[in-house]
Amino acid sequence: MSRTGVFVCHCGSNIAGALDVERVAEAAGKLPGVRYAATYKYMCSEQGQQLVRDAIAEHGLDRIVIASCSPRMHENTFRKLLKDTPVNPYMLEIANIREQCAWVHTDREQATEKAIDLVRMAVAKVSKNKPLHSSFIPVHKKALVIGAGIAGIQAALDIADAGYEVTLLEKESSIGGHMVMLDKTFPTLDCSACISTPKMSEVAAHPNVTLMTGSTVESVGGYVGNFDVTIRQKAKYVNHDLCTGCGLCETKCPAKVTSEFNQQLCTRTAIFRPFPQAVPAKPVIDPDSCRKLSGKARCGVCQAVCPLGAIDFEDKDKLITDTYGAIVVATGYELVDWAPLYPEYGGGKYPDVITGLQYERLVNASGPTEGKILRPSDKSVPKEIVIVKCVGSRDKKKGRAYCSRACCMYSAKHAHQILDKIPDACVTVFYMDVRTPGKNYEEFYDRAREDGARYVRGRVAKIFRENGKLICRGEDTLLGRSVEVPADMVILETAMTPAPEIRELCARLSISTDEYGWVQEAHPKLRPVETQTAGVYLAGTCQGPKDIPDTVAQAGAAAAKVCILFSKNEIEGSPMISAVDENKCCGCSACVRVCPYRAVTLEEIDSREINGTVKRHVARVNAGLCQGCGACAAACRTGAIDLLGFTNAQILKEVDALCL
Amino acid sequence: MLRYAYYPGCSMDTTGVTYRMSIEYLARKIGLELMEIPDWNCCGASSAHAKGKWQALALPARNLAIAEKRLPGLDICVPCAACYARLLAATAAIRESDETRARIEEITGVTVKAGAEILTLMDVLGTDEGFAACAAAVERKLTGLKVACYYGCLTSRPRAITGVQNIESPELMEKIVSLSGVECVDWDFKTECCGGSHQVDAPAAARPLVERIFRNAKANGAQAIVTACPMCHLNLDMREEEINRKMGTAYDIPVYQFTQLLAVAMGASAKEVGLQKHFYPAFKRLDRTLRKAGTLQ
Repeated sequence: MSRTGVFVCHCGSNIAGALDVERVAEAAGKLPGVRYAATYKYMCSEQGQQLVRDAIAEHGLDRIVIASCSPRMHENTFRKLLKDTPVNPYMLEIANIREQCAWVHTDREQATEKAIDLVRMAVAKVSKNKPLHSSFIPVHKKALVIGAGIAGIQAALDIADAGYEVTLLEKESSIGGHMVMLDKTFPTLDCSACISTPKMSEVAAHPNVTLMTGSTVESVGGYVGNFDVTIRQKAKYVNHDLCTGCGLCETKCPAKVTSEFNQQLCTRTAIFRPFPQAVPAKPVIDPDSCRKLSGKARCGVCQAVCPLGAIDFEDKDKLITDTYGAIVVATGYELVDWAPLYPEYGGGKYPDVITGLQYERLVNASGPTEGKILRPSDKSVPKEIVIVKCVGSRDKKKGRAYCSRACCMYSAKHAHQILDKIPDACVTVFYMDVRTPGKNYEEFYDRAREDGARYVRGRVAKIFRENGKLICRGEDTLLGRSVEVPADMVILETAMTPAPEIRELCARLSISTDEYGWVQEAHPKLRPVETQTAGVYLAGTCQGPKDIPDTVAQAGAAAAKVCILFSKNEIEGSPMISAVDENKCCGCSACVRVCPYRAVTLEEIDSREINGTVKRHVARVNAGLCQGCGACAAACRTGAIDLLGFTNAQILKEVDALCL
Repeated sequence: MLRYAYYPGCSMDTTGVTYRMSIEYLARKIGLELMEIPDWNCCGASSAHAKGKWQALALPARNLAIAEKRLPGLDICVPCAACYARLLAATAAIRESDETRARIEEITGVTVKAGAEILTLMDVLGTDEGFAACAAAVERKLTGLKVACYYGCLTSRPRAITGVQNIESPELMEKIVSLSGVECVDWDFKTECCGGSHQVDAPAAARPLVERIFRNAKANGAQAIVTACPMCHLNLDMREEEINRKMGTAYDIPVYQFTQLLAVAMGASAKEVGLQKHFYPAFKRLDRTLRKAGTLQ
């Protein structure tokens, strides 16, 4: 016979005000197996906890029911308390008589009856509880950071500074991401490259950081503390051990294609560094545009001119496998491909309708115009400039209902820069709302208006050409009339959108994305940098649009989470995971298919049957991967799988207590 | 075989007579058989949908029903953009829901399946066969004439029904009308609204809509506007002089149906395509172009 103690909490007047706690305790005392029942004003307080300890000692209790608030609130508090007593921490059940009873009922009598029912169920369930013991998983103290924009760089630096090894992965040939493409950053107008390139070189030179550019994640196995990751490092065709980055090859390469880094505003060669401050500062060959590698011509000029013989046309992709204890996803964003979405803006046929990022390259001193704002069509200085906000965002018809967050501020920055660099310029900003919630943001926006930027509230409906001008027709919703604003150049502040490859990567990491492809955090408020998969963390815009300060802050938070994980030699796994009764398992693999964490596999065992030993398949649960969701237990047709802590026997006992 | 059921629509004998004349000339030249739907009725065009949903669906549906019965197996060619939009909307509604179909059958008293495709005349001439036939029939070129192809709002919208991808800048009329040797300018008001029937009941409010079409055509170098709809043609052609007078502009842009240019290129005389019937003088521009360009042979 079990020896159960029931403790009913008043929670001040939260519970005691809505129902009769004394009657609940009295009824509990008469339940089978209950040896002790008491109430207390605050069970979670030190005095309340002491009450439990004393009762255990005095009455030799072997299982505990606390009737109080939600288990989400204090289950862990009471488990911790039981650790120092003879009672196993998992011989505990919480009857939630606050959120699920006291807070939602007004009839005191009925609320009391319901509380008694809830306690009866918990007492019944706890009678079938079995002691559970945590397993301990060793932690491999090396982190993988995927994506080397400012988020990935910051996270890698923070983890490395804490003394742990980090591999920083970047799919492009240089680290730096989008931040290094920007000219200035709002609201302080720091030179973006000047503040990001020192971090780039710092991370590259850090003794704890291994930088892998041109690399992507091929496959991920394992679990928290022990991820087995295979990385594909694309062929560079340049031996970076020999190359000194002299740049001679780039000057001689005859193949020219549009530059991705400069947003298609100028060309680059097939052997290239994306920009002068690239890290690593050594070129790679783009096999698609290289004449020799694409088979268009014999060429090989770079090989002929390289004084060190660093060019290697035979280079192949490499697959590298390593074990990591934690993974930080920092894959960033892309800008929405606006052209097919906006035929009314010309759908890309007007060269002087550009994106905000193209403008950043135009105004950047190392960009294609060396910092002079010259419009792409005829390289003239535009005098009348229209800036259109919310292009591709905040519009369900265009597929994205969300706000892209950074555009209000960078459009104010663009307006300010134009008015600063072109003195007689006329800047009109079409906006829906101006959102400036950051520190010093509103002041910056005010400044842009004081500089002379004209803000017109309304969307641009159409952009068309007349006599060499781009006419932006829209509505001024404050004046309630349509307006036509002529422009020499139009800047579309386009929305951030998740990188298309992100869904594939998330599938490999067993983490999920929202409807747009932004990576889903474990909890939007309380666990913003964690994912549902233990050991996988988020940093930067892969989780949703955000500006640089927020990105850097989030990267630091993700790094801190990694360091917390790495501060222990082994981590305690929850024992409330699935367990397979191999005698009952028929090997149908239904559990394998429903498991969202890929924790269940089929394994062959030798099974002793009447006619001797035969081989058959049974399900095996990987304790490190299992998150205790119970999907497999529900799917198991033979009842071979039980979720420990929520076994079929426990649940049935609970149901019986209520219904019989 | 270039054979279609044909729904001419009400305006073909009146305001759209030049369209009809040129279509008939062109059809003879290229062997296009347009089998007029017997006993057809008005499709409701720009007014019935303002009166009621079922009226707007039943009127065109009756024509679909007759075509099915009397001209089985033929797709339906509709030269008027407004008629096209109505017949297409009725077809889509009937195909989408059996309930709608049953209600329409109850109203019209005839069964209708809406199996036939609804095509504009541009769709018909844009088929491989239609295009080749037109190309073969061209006898002279209108080289040097710069035109802006104006589709109006109804041939591409609503996208859910028409399935047109490039609503803002379709290219089909350019492809077809280029056969006549004209040069099509790149402009931005191809599918803007001309004001529709508001040109009649609220001309002062609708006038700026037509004016900006002329403005953008002129600004992008067009000497003439080409339409593919009797209503668009009427609204532009009839209002040009008035716009110049009342808005102080000086547009000199004749408006042609795309079939008129094709017919002229195929040898039609001015009278055969009704150039003398235009409100805004249309003869001289073509005459001058033809004299300069000369015949093809």
